Amino acid sequence: MNLHEFQARALLQGAGIPVPDADVASTPDEAARIAQRIGGPVVVKAQVHAGGRGKAGGVRLAKDAAEARERAGQIIGMTIKGLRVNQVLVAPAAEIASESYVGIIVDRASQRAVLMVSPAGGVDIEEVAATTPEKIFRVAIDPRYGLLPHQAMAMAFRLYRGVEPARQAATIMRQLYDVFWRAGASLVEINPLITTPGGQVVALDAKLVVDDNELERRPEIAALRDTTAEAPAEVQAREAGLSYIKLDGRVGCCVNGAGLAMATMDLVKYYGGEPANFLDIGGSSNPQKVVTALQIITADPNVKSILFNIFGGITRCDDVANGIVTATGQLALDRPLVIRLTGTNEELAVKILEDAGFSALTDMDDAVRRAVELAREAA
Amino acid sequence: MSIFVDRQTRLVVQGITGRDGSFHARQMLEYGTAVVAGVTPGRGGQTFEGKVPVFDTVADAVATTGANTSVIYVPARFGARLIGPNCPGAISPGQSKVGIIPGQICRPGRIGVVSRSGTLTYEIIHQLTRHGLGQSSCVGIGGDPIIGTNFIDCLAAFEADPGTDAIVMIGEIGGMDEQNAARYVADHVRKPVVGFIAGQTAPPGRRMGHAGAIISGSSGTAAEKMEALNAAGVAVMPRPADVVPLLQQRLGRV
Repeated sequence: MNLHEFQARALLQGAGIPVPDADVASTPDEAARIAQRIGGPVVVKAQVHAGGRGKAGGVRLAKDAAEARERAGQIIGMTIKGLRVNQVLVAPAAEIASESYVGIIVDRASQRAVLMVSPAGGVDIEEVAATTPEKIFRVAIDPRYGLLPHQAMAMAFRLYRGVEPARQAATIMRQLYDVFWRAGASLVEINPLITTPGGQVVALDAKLVVDDNELERRPEIAALRDTTAEAPAEVQAREAGLSYIKLDGRVGCCVNGAGLAMATMDLVKYYGGEPANFLDIGGSSNPQKVVTALQIITADPNVKSILFNIFGGITRCDDVANGIVTATGQLALDRPLVIRLTGTNEELAVKILEDAGFSALTDMDDAVRRAVELAREAA
Repeated sequence: MSIFVDRQTRLVVQGITGRDGSFHARQMLEYGTAVVAGVTPGRGGQTFEGKVPVFDTVADAVATTGANTSVIYVPARFGARLIGPNCPGAISPGQSKVGIIPGQICRPGRIGVVSRSGTLTYEIIHQLTRHGLGQSSCVGIGGDPIIGTNFIDCLAAFEADPGTDAIVMIGEIGGMDEQNAARYVADHVRKPVVGFIAGQTAPPGRRMGHAGAIISGSSGTAAEKMEALNAAGVAVMPRPADVVPLLQQRLGRV
């Protein structure tokens, strides 16, 4: 789950990291009031889950409160990479003496959280990694001890020559790890971390991505979710415990297990079709999940046929069969259904389906081919 | 022969009284696994299915029953264990099952299976069994970005296992594990390895169900993994259904 910049900076601030005095606004008038309070020139920044806000015109300077109102009016309501901007952050236009990058990510290779720093701040770090990888420095963090003072100091000296800014930066790095750990983050970034002409080290921007699996035990972080920034069907799916991603094809897919769901999409393509979605109904599925899954799939007007591919393990085939029967009773299903199921409680499931007038296939390739054919005929 | 789990496996089931724990504990008992203990805090002193003692802590269970393997059916706060987390476990057909892989689709034999997925693994085991290719062991290593046992651990164990003739590895998008495994196969594995990579049609930047199944930028794609595996001499199949013909072909050549 992505946090907005204003949410991430609040977490940073809570951990003691110096951030500029800024606030979030939903209307131009609010933006003007904040600018008035701050005094002097401000930056008005779109709060949206998309990179490249600046290039898209979502980050604008304003010399005073009146101009902040005007800028906020232009930015609120604009669309960046398909996402509507509902809020802006109004922050003082900082005087920047130097810019650097500080981030912590979950690193698959070292199986650790890794602190990454770079003196090349203020630009896209992936670009730095691609063009000048020697400007990125890393240290792996042992979760038993956290980021140790000497590790932080060594990294801080990669950014600053002077002891004073290095000390400030090292403290910020340790506070940042604290935020990373407590928020259950998979990524937290300060880009740029700046020094002011007065020599103070300040976090000018903040980005934080939370590991979705951490949300259950962090209700205070889960509450920060902005559902207006996501596709409605994906929100509905998540609330039902389903994993759903909309795609552009015509064959609706309902599968148990992410690997099999991906393989099913691949097979749809292999047989000349295009998948309409990725959908994993998960393990221990109850019939209600299947009902919701069918609602979501059928709500997509592109879908011309619906393919169930269930291999029962922890998911019991009879649960899925009951869900299909319940759902087809509730929904006026106007598109053909191809059902493939095998594994745990398969016989029971086949009986439930046959009693309700459905037939079930046992072979995955047969089922996918059939669903692709049906989608083609309907198109 | 087999890897990781066998007749010496003495299993403690953590969360044995829960919905999924009890269901799969029963399945493992039916399969013949030596389920020697269960653990549910607060339920110590009870007995599961009239034969498995339930303890409050894993320490008690181990001290009393000599359990040497654990399977967990409760969400854990920290994931550091032999296989997984978020995985279907391991089975050595005819010997022992630890986890949730349906026993009835497996059959004892000489093919080793290692996979990041759950149900996709069952699909491939099922096809192997239907075509008379039994399995020495099947290991689901899980789809998380950080896992305990990885592809290379399993490839090394299968290579060393005299009961395994060939290996099927099932990967998916995200990370570098398959690419690293490809290099390992080229350098250290003499047994035939065939592969499948799920997510050839996955869009970049989206997490495909598994926490680790995400294409970051242009890295971690199925195409990249397939290329690395092919270059290492691992035959990568376009469809799960191609696994059996490919294996038969490779086994014939060796």
